[in-house]
Amino acid sequence: MIVHLSVLQVIIPLMAAPACLLLRKRELVWAFATLATFLTFAVSVLLLSQVMQSGAISYEMGGWEAPWGIEYRIDMLNAPLLVLISGISAIALLAARTSIENEIPENRHSFFYIAWLLCMAGLLGITATGDAFNVFVFLEISSLATYTLIALGKDRRALWASFQYLVAGTIGATFILIGIGLMYVMTGTLNMADLAQRLPEVENTKTVFTAFAFFIVGVCMKLALFPLHLWLPNAYAFAPSIVTTFLAATATKVAVYVMIRFIFDVFGFEFSFTHFPLQEILMTLGIAGIFVASIVAIYQDNLKRMLAYSSVAQIGYLILGISFASQTGIMATLLHMLNHGLMKGALFLSMAAVVYRLGVANLSQMHGIASRMPLTMAAFLIGGLSLIGVPLTVGFISKWYLVSAALENGWWPVAAAILLGSLLSVIYIWRVIEVAYFKSVTESTPDVKEAPFSILIPLWILVLANLYFGIDTSLTVSVTQMAAADLFGGLR
Amino acid sequence: MESFIHIIILSMLVTTAVAIVRVKDLFAVTMLAGIYGLLSASFFVLMDAHDVAFTEAAVGAGISTILILTTLSMTGRFEKAAENPKSNYKPALALALVTVTGALLIYGTQDMPAFGAADAPVQTHVVPRYLNDSATEIDIPNVVASVLASYRGYDTFGEVVVIFTAGIGVLALIMSTASKAPVALRASMEEHVVLRIVSKMLIPLIMIFGLYVQFHGEYGPGGGFQAGVIFASAFFLYAMLFGLTAARKVVNNTWIQALAALGVLLYGSVGVLAMINGGNFLDYNFLAQDDVHGQHMGILFVELGVGITVASVMIIIFFTFSTRKQRDGEPD
Repeated sequence: MIVHLSVLQVIIPLMAAPACLLLRKRELVWAFATLATFLTFAVSVLLLSQVMQSGAISYEMGGWEAPWGIEYRIDMLNAPLLVLISGISAIALLAARTSIENEIPENRHSFFYIAWLLCMAGLLGITATGDAFNVFVFLEISSLATYTLIALGKDRRALWASFQYLVAGTIGATFILIGIGLMYVMTGTLNMADLAQRLPEVENTKTVFTAFAFFIVGVCMKLALFPLHLWLPNAYAFAPSIVTTFLAATATKVAVYVMIRFIFDVFGFEFSFTHFPLQEILMTLGIAGIFVASIVAIYQDNLKRMLAYSSVAQIGYLILGISFASQTGIMATLLHMLNHGLMKGALFLSMAAVVYRLGVANLSQMHGIASRMPLTMAAFLIGGLSLIGVPLTVGFISKWYLVSAALENGWWPVAAAILLGSLLSVIYIWRVIEVAYFKSVTESTPDVKEAPFSILIPLWILVLANLYFGIDTSLTVSVTQMAAADLFGGLR
Repeated sequence: MESFIHIIILSMLVTTAVAIVRVKDLFAVTMLAGIYGLLSASFFVLMDAHDVAFTEAAVGAGISTILILTTLSMTGRFEKAAENPKSNYKPALALALVTVTGALLIYGTQDMPAFGAADAPVQTHVVPRYLNDSATEIDIPNVVASVLASYRGYDTFGEVVVIFTAGIGVLALIMSTASKAPVALRASMEEHVVLRIVSKMLIPLIMIFGLYVQFHGEYGPGGGFQAGVIFASAFFLYAMLFGLTAARKVVNNTWIQALAALGVLLYGSVGVLAMINGGNFLDYNFLAQDDVHGQHMGILFVELGVGITVASVMIIIFFTFSTRKQRDGEPD
């Protein structure tokens, strides 16, 4: 079965989903979905260790060799992301059963878990595949499942938020499809490695320029790059809290991965950065995103929405890392992808705990809440410190490499901008800490207990991961370093 | 002569598209969208893409029209004017954006190889193997079916899951929260005697045609997607003319959901069986002693899986929407 690992980690959740529909009983469905997810997580971990030992793995679907058939290709770039997706999904599912009790009507729970599995399978499929059209197919699976998950939110505005995302996401997906179609017209192939070989022959054509432009804009829509981020804050604010936890930690990362894969591997560094003013565009939008979104985050009362704006800002950092067009820059982006998944996972899960007890996550109703829910708020505090980039947390590691990449390019103002962005995040995290810890309990503070252990345990697993990977960076740094080296070494 | 027909069909497409944008009566818009689908299908036929044309006719002109009509029966027939004039509605900006996108697309076509050119990359790189070798490797006459179900069978598996996901989405979001549907309401077209008699004769023929498309996909245009849609439309017709209560006696909620799941599982199981027999996922060569026989079996079963899931999901979507309408009482 070892040779099949790369396909197994996608088809386990993919086939568990219809199986769940046959099981029907929601307790049973939850148990089965969680089991399948942990199995997937185990497979991803095995895959990562296999890639680290013996290099990239290629798997031919249906036994047809690429480019005639579809190829799965696991290398240093996507293997860690697979672990992140399935890992966060597994941890979040542990908490999901409790978290959705108060947020989703009982008769919809089974469908919720099925949509969750489909969403995860879609994200894993996009990440694992080596075929451009297959990316689109799995993008459709994950997108449809995501719209469903978001629309299940308790607030009626969740429906509107989901619809907005549906429109934006469909436009994005269509642009991606147009891009893939035009690439196919010019090369006659859909396999990524084959595209990378055949594109240079035709790279000075208007059709390939157009393909690149459409593809990148489509992906930017999906990854919510400022100013195409407008769908994100509402979607994250009104989705069920546990869904936000999962999506914030994984979905946009997958889109960033697709962007990196196509910019560096398929189109190639030369084409992307010399034929296009990509560097200038990405840098400008990245920095603008960091500042605008961070400042908007400061003024939010709904903490889920605040963290959503913070996510838009963090995407700015990821894009900034790409715009450096250097090995250190791309490594910083990859590292921050994983680290940001851990911190946002922890932060949103702590909000899920707050919502479970309070029904909402509004700052105005959280005076002195830390005395009522000490463990939850301590988790938020550590997650917040990580987001700011305090030493001993994963956030510090990300910021460290981002700043050094900026300095390596001699871009002093950009390095200053990164630090300034961190200061802004100090403000919005501090607002919460001040209200939760230093305001005395008032009459408007709900009389609540600490969150149940079924949420606290997964929450603290994520918090400890934030600390562990902040102290022992050997795994994450070495993996991302190798991936970045591959991207720059394997270039034509 | 052929380019003359192209020009006529394409200008009709543009006219229809403009009409769709301008007309405020959503019922008319739906019919126009159906016409748009039919015109596209005819255009695909002219381009010799018969499988695509068939799918477009069945899905674009057929089933999506019915589903939108069902939705309209819940939402009302006319577009409402923007309630708040100061809302985000900025038609000039949207038009500018669409124009730029269109201009860029036209710009991109300039360096494309001519349509149908023999030396175009799409004709010379991957496709020759499909055309020349599929006869020995897979041995079915319809090359499109070979590519769809075998060479790129994993994509098709993904597409079935997309359909399944759509069904799950509808069930999760608009499935009746009440346990039982209310007392029987009369079917919307129950008083049309002629329609009822004609459709009674047509329904079995539609179903047989669906099965023909299902099992004939290896020889001509067709296959699971189109067959599933055609098969489901027989149920729609019955429900519209004889009432949901009568149709519900045939279609049980639990069973139809189970079938939707089983179709996907059937497709996946074929792949897993190949793995158990020592091949890669979906490698049909490992299904039987000799390769070509294995390919035939694999394609037969995965297409069946597609057909079952597509038909079930279409029925689920239609019934969920219609039941919802009944539950909400009379439309306004």
